[in-house]
Parts: sequence; C-alpha cells; structure tokens
Amino acid sequence: MPVPVATMGVRHPRTDVAVIDIGGEVTSHCESVLMSAYEEACPPGTRGIVLNFSSLDYMNSGGIGMLVTLLVRANRNKQKLAACGLTAHYTQIFELTRLDEAISLHDDEAAALAGLASR
Amino acid sequence: MNARDESNWASKVDRLEVSDELTAAGFNVRGRRLAGAQQGFGKLWQRRYAIDLGSVITPEQVVADWKQRFPTYWPKGATFHVALTGLQPGAVAPIVIASGAPGLTVSTGILVLYMDDTSFTFMCPEGHMFAGWITFGAEEDEAGSTVADVKIMIRTSDPIYELGWPVMKRKEDVFWSATLVNLARDHGVHDVQVVETTTCVDRKRLWHNWSNVANNSGLRSAWHSVTSPFRSSKAS
Repeated sequence: MPVPVATMGVRHPRTDVAVIDIGGEVTSHCESVLMSAYEEACPPGTRGIVLNFSSLDYMNSGGIGMLVTLLVRANRNKQKLAACGLTAHYTQIFELTRLDEAISLHDDEAAALAGLASR
Repeated sequence: MNARDESNWASKVDRLEVSDELTAAGFNVRGRRLAGAQQGFGKLWQRRYAIDLGSVITPEQVVADWKQRFPTYWPKGATFHVALTGLQPGAVAPIVIASGAPGLTVSTGILVLYMDDTSFTFMCPEGHMFAGWITFGAEEDEAGSTVADVKIMIRTSDPIYELGWPVMKRKEDVFWSATLVNLARDHGVHDVQVVETTTCVDRKRLWHNWSNVANNSGLRSAWHSVTSPFRSSKAS
C-alpha cells in the first residue's frame, strides 16, 4: 500500500514566529515529517507557529490526531499555534473536533501572524 | 481538495442527536457536545492494539466487514446500538456498558467522525469516560500481512474517571484484545497475538476542565437508574 506523501516547509517571517507550510496528504504516517518540521521551526525564543494549510490535498482522522500531539508539544514549550489556508471543509473539521478552541483559525497567513502577535 | 474527502467526514454538529429508535439508550448522548482530547481532563494517552491476520484477507475486506458487523465483535457486557441507517460518518451510536456494580450500567455513546476504505474513527461526547478519538483500521505491513488495529488517543474526561484510570486501563486492555480476537476468529485466524503499546503523550492534567464531572456518564446513569421508577409512574 503506498504511503501518503506530505510536504512540510519551514519559514521564519519573524524572529519569534515560524510558519510551517503543510502540503500533500496529512495522515498519521507523516508524524515524523511534521515533528521534524516542528523542531526546525522552533529555535529558542519561538513564541508562535502558523500552520499554513494552503497546499493541503487531504487529511484524515490520523492527521487530526497528529495535530493534537503537535499542540501538546507547543503548549509544553509555551508556544501558540495558529492555522490558515484551510478550505471551508477543513475549517468545519477543526470546529467539529473542537481543535479550533486550541488552534486559532485565520483566513490567511497575514491574519494568522497578526493574531499571534496580539496574543 | 481531494474529492474523496468530504463524504468521509461527519458534517459539523454542535449538539448530538440520537435517532428515534435509539432514544431510550441514548439519553446520555442527546444534546451533548463532542469532546476531543483537549476538552478532557486526565493525562493524554496514545494506545494501540494490533493483530496480524495474515495475507489471505486484504485491509479493505477486513475494514468493510468490521464496519458492517461492528457490534458483534464486542465482548459480553457492552452493547453498541447502531441506528437503522447503519454506521456512517455522522451517525451517533449509544453505548451501554456494565459498570461492575450489580444491575448498574453506564450509558454513553460515540459519533462516527470519519470513515474510509481502511479505517474508521469514533469521537466521544461530553460525559463519556474518555475525551478523544478511537480509530479502527487495517493496513498491509512490509511482509504483505494484513494488520488490524485499534488506535486510541484519549484523556479521561473528569477527575472521577481519572481516579479510576488504572482500573479502566486494564478493562480497556481486556476489552479491545477480546474485540480483536473475535474479529480474527471470524476471519479464520485463531491463536492470534494481540500486541499492545501505550505512550503517555502529555503527563499534564487539564485542571481547567475539572467541571466536566457535571456530565459524568457514570453518575448520570446511576441517577437515571435510581429515578427510573418515578419516571415510569409519571408516564402511567
């Protein structure tokens, strides 16, 4: 069975905030890729991380579980998580699973960065 | 977005509804909100129970059958009520579990959050012993064998259930192992070995969620049971 492929790119638009560009198919199979991206995104002093889902093709329930694991790690490091670029469908999934109560949702990256700055 | 995706997920709901034929069993589910791992109380656990079913049956065949006959694989002492429409994304299924105390059962339920050809996921409502997700699935390993598994990501819902976690953890071990053994037996695989792994993802308890105890399904089930004669006499 082919393993779903996810891509994770890391950018640092500000010294205290990182952006992880998440693309492809997000399932539990890509946990190590996401956690590596998180490590890369988090030099000392990082206070917030934006998860940019603009290039997301597909996410299953395993992917949602993985985001919970990421959230726990971010909380442990006293970092805030924000998400942007979600389609209407995935926005509803975040609301259904109540992930939106822990990861703030924004229309675009600029709004997510602004949101993290104000928290 | 991939076209296969929308129909795999449940539609958004704020409060759960139970179909008419399951009203009696679903008294502790109707009107509840869903509770993900971040809405729970206790430590966050990731658990997996897995069995090797060999190479005769494909993951898709196992999961299709598992969805179809889900309640029949549960061990005695627990009843999973499926609506007439069957298990599908968005379906709410009440669950009744023997509490261990004579004559006392705990009523709760699940929502079918997600379903595809090789997996399906349930999410717990408020009041359930656990807050989080449970995924049933199968996939082919590197040796070409079909491995079926139960993957759980949960916190206990409230301080009372957290106190009972050591006992509930053992009960979960027995319950899901028995479920997988029943599944294997139905596919002609006997003497199956259940491999269990447990990881504590977050040792921190979410004390701000302590008030979840107000929805505790055990307490509410006990109250429902005690007040049952009064409801009956009122109805007559």
